[in-house]
Amino acid sequence: MARVIVDVMLKPEILDPQGQAIARALPRLGFGGVSEVRQGKRFEIELDGPADETALAEVRKMAETLLANTVIEDYSVRVEG
Amino acid sequence: MSAARVGVVTFPGTLDDQDAAKAVHLVGAQAVPLWHADHDLKGVDAVFLPGGFSYGDYLRCGAISRFAPLMDELIPAARAGLPVLGTCNGFQILCEAHLLPGALTRNASLHYVCRDQPLRVERNTTAWTSSFGEGQEIVLPIKHGEGRYVASADTIAELEAAGRVVVRYVGNPNGSTNDIAGITNEAGNVVGLMPHPEHAVEELVGAPSTDGRLFFSSILKKLVNA
Repeated sequence: MARVIVDVMLKPEILDPQGQAIARALPRLGFGGVSEVRQGKRFEIELDGPADETALAEVRKMAETLLANTVIEDYSVRVEG
Repeated sequence: MSAARVGVVTFPGTLDDQDAAKAVHLVGAQAVPLWHADHDLKGVDAVFLPGGFSYGDYLRCGAISRFAPLMDELIPAARAGLPVLGTCNGFQILCEAHLLPGALTRNASLHYVCRDQPLRVERNTTAWTSSFGEGQEIVLPIKHGEGRYVASADTIAELEAAGRVVVRYVGNPNGSTNDIAGITNEAGNVVGLMPHPEHAVEELVGAPSTDGRLFFSSILKKLVNA
């Protein structure tokens, strides 16, 4: 058993109005010193077996196919240990 | 000959399929219901992908619908020239399916926008816009929270250079790049737009215009002359 994390973020050049709304809310709540917020998605993938190279290649394929829209989003894959 | 047959697809969460079928009927074509879970296009001459919230918009709008069994049939058929029009969620599905470039994401304002929207028809040589005059200004309803069209700078430049922007907003409601409301593929058979032609076909129901009818009469004209 292993857990693999896939983080999906809008590409830097794509406007993220949700992140902007959060950034605007923070000072109102007394949180200073924040210059920017960008919001993304985190997927926790539980594998039946170990997170070996074959399994990770499969997770990357999942990310390309479904989890991320690579037209507007980047993704990263890591093993939670 | 028998009436032209236009398929109208229903996914779980589709809302506008009945209006679309009505609009197809109004211009004298036959609406053929297509079900997302079938591997069957029922031999239709064209396909309308209506709006709504297919699969609850889970993950991303259109991201799950794009893998529906019906799409396994529709994607190759569209690539081979079958006329396909996607409006709103249908446009999002066409982008997720890579039948059209770019993507639709959260409105810049973060507000759901529901209003009668002035538009300009930029290209009247697609399968779905031939009944319009070039540059004709029309009004169609829009109703979406994720209609901001985005694509890489290269893709936008390519769309503009090739005249593949079909409809442009007059007064940008959602922050779409270059006011883009609708685009077409290279061949001009696949068109996607966020506004709703199927909600602007009858004055009786309070539609702002009947401009939407011209999308349906365009496809009928193409199919009858084919």
